[in-house]
Amino acid sequence: MVIVRRTFVSMLAALVAFAAQAEDRFITVASTTSTEQSGLFGFLLPAFQEKTGIQVRVVALGTGQALDVARRGDADVVFVHAKTAEEKFLAEGHGVKRYPVMYNDFVLIGPRSDPARIAGGKDILAALKKIQAAQAPFVSRGDRSGTHMAELNLWKAAGIEIDKGKGPWYRDTGQGMGPALNTAASMNAYVLADRATWLAFKNRGDLGILVEGDKRLFNQYGVILVNPDKHPSVKKQLGQAFIDWLVSSEGQKTIADYKIGGEQLFYPNAGQPDA
Amino acid sequence: MRVPFSLLPLRLADVVFAVGPRRIIDGVSLQLDGGQRTVIVGPNGAGKSVLLRLCHGLLMPTSGTIEWNAPELTGGPRRQAMVFQRPVLLRRSALANVIYALKLANVPPAQREERALEALRKVGLEEFAGHSARVLSGGEQQRLALARVWALQPEVLFLDEPTASLDPGATHEVERVIGAMHAAGTKIVLVTHNLGQASRLGDEILFLHQGRLVERAPADRFLKRPASPEAAKFLEGELPW
Amino acid sequence: MNDTLAEAAAQAVALVVAGDPNLVGIVALSLQISLTSVALSCLLGLPVGAAIAVNDFPGKRLAVVVLNALMGLPSVVVGLFVYLMLSRAGPLGALGVLFTPTAMVIAQTILIAPLMAALSRQVVADAWLEYQDQLRSLGETKLGAAATLLWDLRFTLVTLVMAGFGRAASEVGAVMIVGGNIDGVTRVMTTTIALETSKGDLPLALGLGFILLFIVLALNAGAYLVRETAQRRFG
Repeated sequence: MVIVRRTFVSMLAALVAFAAQAEDRFITVASTTSTEQSGLFGFLLPAFQEKTGIQVRVVALGTGQALDVARRGDADVVFVHAKTAEEKFLAEGHGVKRYPVMYNDFVLIGPRSDPARIAGGKDILAALKKIQAAQAPFVSRGDRSGTHMAELNLWKAAGIEIDKGKGPWYRDTGQGMGPALNTAASMNAYVLADRATWLAFKNRGDLGILVEGDKRLFNQYGVILVNPDKHPSVKKQLGQAFIDWLVSSEGQKTIADYKIGGEQLFYPNAGQPDA
Repeated sequence: MRVPFSLLPLRLADVVFAVGPRRIIDGVSLQLDGGQRTVIVGPNGAGKSVLLRLCHGLLMPTSGTIEWNAPELTGGPRRQAMVFQRPVLLRRSALANVIYALKLANVPPAQREERALEALRKVGLEEFAGHSARVLSGGEQQRLALARVWALQPEVLFLDEPTASLDPGATHEVERVIGAMHAAGTKIVLVTHNLGQASRLGDEILFLHQGRLVERAPADRFLKRPASPEAAKFLEGELPW
Repeated sequence: MNDTLAEAAAQAVALVVAGDPNLVGIVALSLQISLTSVALSCLLGLPVGAAIAVNDFPGKRLAVVVLNALMGLPSVVVGLFVYLMLSRAGPLGALGVLFTPTAMVIAQTILIAPLMAALSRQVVADAWLEYQDQLRSLGETKLGAAATLLWDLRFTLVTLVMAGFGRAASEVGAVMIVGGNIDGVTRVMTTTIALETSKGDLPLALGLGFILLFIVLALNAGAYLVRETAQRRFG
């Protein structure tokens, strides 16, 4: 009986502790799975917390979902990489202002067997045309993420209406970057990925980078404070403090310092207002 | 303990108990008075258990009336109790089982343990007070069930084939307790298959056949010279002892 | 496959031996959330199940069918529903518990309470057939009978509770949606395994899976032993 009572008391204490967490200094940031899975946050956020004492809680979703979470007022800040979607978000009145923060690039990953013969190419559009012509297996994220939207834009730029032009070779998985890479590895398929996630990805199978360096593969990240006028629960001071730090020289340097295997993943560019 | 208004006599008038089209009790009228030990016998399916449950209040008659002389006081101890063929005991100690019954009877907490121990003593189980009720033997469990109801000091005790599952030694022990309760003033109403038990424990016998009360007579006379043909056939068929 | 399994086992052992603080935190949080959910589910579900078992009322059979069907609630559906309730844009947004362990406890309790109710209803109903006449004869009320039966069936109920705990500890769909899998705040064993899988680190994911299995096994063994010893004492 004593055991029952003691367990009950510790349960109650735990519940109270859960509730008490609400009082701490923290913000909720809706961001993308690719940013989370690259390991950047594990490196960046402790530095910010040490400086300001503010805990940053990252909810990692696809870009589309992250913006939706913010539209419901469930996040204080969004940190994603889809400029068009972000500008629509601002136009709807859900955000205050967009600050460019950093960029990385996309790479076209593919199997060593390379059925579409694109390895070593510098032109992403030509490569996509070859993949479609060869009907080679291609994995798409299909989840309204920044990467997915970039992929769709590239098909469009290559003159391919992918909605009509797709066949069984085009695998629309509806998953995050990591799962999509897993799927591509097991199917020996081509896939468009952000370099950061690729570098952190361990289950590569027979895959490797086949096309890179094309300016069109440029992937820009932006950060936006959710509009406190529309969503009164937003912690605007703490959120703005995070944004200010990200674009400050200290934050930008920390971003540049994040490396995997000696290779830098993200390139700070807060100083480029048009980015 | 005698209360100002005794529960007895119990009066049944044209009681019918039907399940769908089947009449298990088919028009029984009788009166049960205090003093005598009443034993109910009859072939299988005669409705003996059902009759007992109707009297005790576990079942409601389809038609007819069942009336006690005085209503039971709400919030007071139950003045009539029942013991079943298989005793249902809780997963607790023997003492705790008796105390549970006293709690339900709204006996003040201070009195419960003492009365429970007293009841266990009367049935010869005081050494098992702290034992788990479920590890007792069949006979001991049935005696515990009797202790449980004895602690309530009921005016009427219904018993539904209480020794049918017990060996002769345990049966003897249980019959001794029943006799003691009767001596202490409880009216006994017993259903049994065992004619030897009927002769040992019964003052009067009620013979039930196909849901009807066919014969009622003092035990000796019924067993030696049954008046009705159904009773005669029944006694012939049953191997007495 | 064998290489992955072997590597996973090695990783599991290494993590446990090193007492990796991150892992300890995740395990502690997982247990806190699961155990709290199970406790709340029992508090809610067991009395409801027992009450339905001993009472007769119009629509009882429908209630039993619905209760049994609720055992199969898909966890993602519950997660989505709770998310919409707790979102700032939703009715309970002002509570501000979305993306916290409290939300995860709420979601899991909604999942498991019906399980506790449905199973206890069955167990109590079966016992009621045996106990009914005797308890009513002694003057027990319906409510009292439900309580008495729950306590008398405590050993059987231990198994029920472990079933509920198993469901809670293995659940990932609901806690992922309402918790957000936030590092250090709402990340539990199951969501970590999902994350590491999606990052492609399969040996680590599998290793964590082994650890989770081991914990659940250990708790079940403990419950079984407690049940056995107590049952031997109290029959």
